[in-house]
Amino acid sequence: MKKRIFVTLKPGVLDPQGRAVHHALDGLGFDGVNDVRIGRLVELDLADSVTDEAIGQMCEKLLANMVIENYRIEDAE
Amino acid sequence: MNSAVITFPGSNCDRDMMVALEQVFGKAPAQVWHRDTAVPDNVDFIALPGGFSYGDYLRSGAMAANSPIMREVKAAAERGVPVLGVCNGFQVLAEAGLLPGALMRNAGQRFVCRDVALTVENTQTLFTGHYDAGETITIPVAHHDGNYFADDATLDRIEGDGRVAFRYAHATNGSRRDIAGIVNDGGTVLGMMPHPERAIEAAHGGTDGRRLFASVAESLAATA
Repeated sequence: MKKRIFVTLKPGVLDPQGRAVHHALDGLGFDGVNDVRIGRLVELDLADSVTDEAIGQMCEKLLANMVIENYRIEDAE
Repeated sequence: MNSAVITFPGSNCDRDMMVALEQVFGKAPAQVWHRDTAVPDNVDFIALPGGFSYGDYLRSGAMAANSPIMREVKAAAERGVPVLGVCNGFQVLAEAGLLPGALMRNAGQRFVCRDVALTVENTQTLFTGHYDAGETITIPVAHHDGNYFADDATLDRIEGDGRVAFRYAHATNGSRRDIAGIVNDGGTVLGMMPHPERAIEAAHGGTDGRRLFASVAESLAATA
């Protein structure tokens, strides 16, 4: 099975990259961009035996830094 | 004094750290490789050097924090062995949970490489006894991800406990409350973005870093 892990900065954590990209979009003339937040997408190809609990542990132990980031798990197929 | 420097693939300040430790401690440190499964039994002090461990894949310090040797470093830290993490070493300590908070991309997006003025906030730690309280010292920084973040409650707690060792005298990288270096709750683990090992000899342009290692040497001699 395949899973997609979306790792995003927690609300309230400043995102310098997002701010720079926001500024660049403004510079390209795109109006109406209220905010930009940059995250990370991790695609996992997993044996069917891997439990949701184990995937959650993968996220909390390594894929996300829970001090600054949240994660969301989605089925990829 | 028996010290050890941990070398991860991508560490690039490990040699500088070893030279600094040998000069100040009077004995060459053991160089310990990331795949080693033990630090020397009699180790009195462990340093995690700067660099780009494992290419800083995923997040700076994240891979190194999960390497085999870090289990041993954690165990040693729990026994009270002093641990210093500089730059990437600070990132590794934060990722490993030995220090609170996280080091994010610099607020200005740019790599910052220059001498910076630091205020010594706490001279009661084993790392800072040779400084004067409130003193301004000069130590170089060289990092892209030095923007210290912790939530307000954590910041209030570490400030209240006197765990901020060094603060940038001027905004440098977006760090919350200009925090440049913090210690753990026992005061035995210090993480800092500036590089004290690069300010050891007059030829480096300054010797303010040397006093950090001299403080450690004196503290350890006093408890031996």
